[in-house]
Amino acid sequence: MSRASIRFWIGATVFLVAIALMTQVIDNEYPFFAGYVILQFIVLAVAWSILGGYAGYVNFGTSAFFGLGVYTAVFLSKATGAPLAVQIAAAAIVGALLGFAVGLVTLRMQGIYFSIATIALTIIIETTVTNWRFVGGAAGIQMQRPPVMPPFHSYVQMLFFVQALLVVLAVTIARYTQISWMGRGLQALKDDELAAECTGVPTLRLKVLACVISGALMCAAGAPAAMYLQYADPSSAFNLNYSVSVLAMSLIGGTAHWVGPVLGAILLGTTQQLLAVTISSEANVLVLGVMLVLFVVAAPEGLIGLIRRIGRNRAGGRT
Amino acid sequence: MFSMELLLDAVVLGVLLGCFYAAVSLGLSVSFGLLDVPHVAHPAFLVMASYGVFFLNDRFDIDPLLAGLFITPLLFLFGLAAYRLYYETFEKRGSDAGVRGIAFFFGIAFIVEVLIILQFGVDQRSVTASYIGKAWRIGDMRIPIRMLVAFAVASAMTILLALYLSRTFMGRAIRAVAQDQEALRLMGANPVRIKQWAFGIATAVLGIAGALLIIVAPVDPMLGRAYIGRTFCVVVMAGLGSMTGTLVAAIILGVAETIVLTLFGASWAPAISFAMLLGVLAIRPQGLFGRRS
Repeated sequence: MSRASIRFWIGATVFLVAIALMTQVIDNEYPFFAGYVILQFIVLAVAWSILGGYAGYVNFGTSAFFGLGVYTAVFLSKATGAPLAVQIAAAAIVGALLGFAVGLVTLRMQGIYFSIATIALTIIIETTVTNWRFVGGAAGIQMQRPPVMPPFHSYVQMLFFVQALLVVLAVTIARYTQISWMGRGLQALKDDELAAECTGVPTLRLKVLACVISGALMCAAGAPAAMYLQYADPSSAFNLNYSVSVLAMSLIGGTAHWVGPVLGAILLGTTQQLLAVTISSEANVLVLGVMLVLFVVAAPEGLIGLIRRIGRNRAGGRT
Repeated sequence: MFSMELLLDAVVLGVLLGCFYAAVSLGLSVSFGLLDVPHVAHPAFLVMASYGVFFLNDRFDIDPLLAGLFITPLLFLFGLAAYRLYYETFEKRGSDAGVRGIAFFFGIAFIVEVLIILQFGVDQRSVTASYIGKAWRIGDMRIPIRMLVAFAVASAMTILLALYLSRTFMGRAIRAVAQDQEALRLMGANPVRIKQWAFGIATAVLGIAGALLIIVAPVDPMLGRAYIGRTFCVVVMAGLGSMTGTLVAAIILGVAETIVLTLFGASWAPAISFAMLLGVLAIRPQGLFGRRS
């Protein structure tokens, strides 16, 4: 194992231990309630950038995957009363299948066509769920939380911890994707798809694989949301805001490294939580839009790019 | 339950609706179809124009179509500015606008959406005019007058824009820049100014289109999201940049929507345009009247 890997695993362990300690020490529900959303966005943003960042395909269907995850959980808990872990695993499988389908349908689409196709998919799935009576249709459905398992004191705490596990899983997968042959292939594909294809990079297979991984993670991240809100309805589960938020987080953080989306999600997620509490949810969306435009225009490489540039300037100053 | 009369009804209404869809897609047909700008904010601009019309109608009691005409010059200037910003940030640097270009326009769309909410609230808004709410009866068929108005104005708009692009000097220049920008530069023309002008036109036609949007049905700030599917479906199905194609594709979409509406109910309507769009993208990406391979 390389030095970087050891450091990574130590970091991940420290993170999980800290989260577990938090659930034991803090009594107040609110930090978990707000923290859950931020963790959820970290998973979504990291998953998004596997396809959107490394391969440069702007997936606008984050809400499709997220919403499908929510409704997989709703369906399972209503039909069979399956426990949370099963719901999440099932959501990951459904997400992988959807990712595979997206990969196949959009094989030859590039740039904006791919983005538009993924929006189309979101609306089609949303409409189907809206017309599906069993899971509540347009009116939505109430969810009953099962009793909480020890050592947790409340259900939200448990969900918080579960989402933290998903964060570690997502980051591990994203990191592996980035440093393995897949990451190099996706990078080549992003720079010049034709050239990559010509030099023997299996571009189509890589793209589909990235779709599958990214989709499975996004869907899994959505699964606990139904229990978190104790309610699910199509127009909020499939809300385009998820897509734009996640896109913004990844681009603000920077997509060249897995740390980028994590940073972006923490920054934007925290800002959003604060704004939603202190001002209004409209201000929230406004800030989202303004930050997205600002970063895209002024800092194309995101926070990572800014940090690297500062580092380079310092180094340049010394020599 | 299903009869020929019902089908005829649906087809007639669908054609009228389709012409209206053509009107709201024309701008995108120029900006995305001809200029290759990933203009996802087009529907948001459309809704913004509708709110402009609403404001003039509500405050000064101006006829919505006239109000649309009034805001057209403002929209033109707005379009010039928007393209300038896009050009300076992306096209000029020669960087691939790809990911960031799309993100840029989505950001703009969200900002416009929120500004509308902050100014007008989230409620639905509608306009008043003598022809709204009345209907024209032919036998058993009942055709709302507002749809006829939309039909007439939309057809006129399409024809005028098609004539502008094929007959005037500037119109031909716009089509030339769409075909080969480099050649235009070699001829001593400035492609950027032509594209900016074209983007201005593409935004200006939203004045009347926005008026039609709010005449046909009440608008709310989020309405733009539903129209992402409709406008892109029409433009892509038409084959990028073809005005006649836009009209034909829009009518196909309109008829498809009304037929599904009659057969399965309104709750399935939002998916039609997106499903058609997905189908066209997967099967025939160059559209019905494609301009290139």
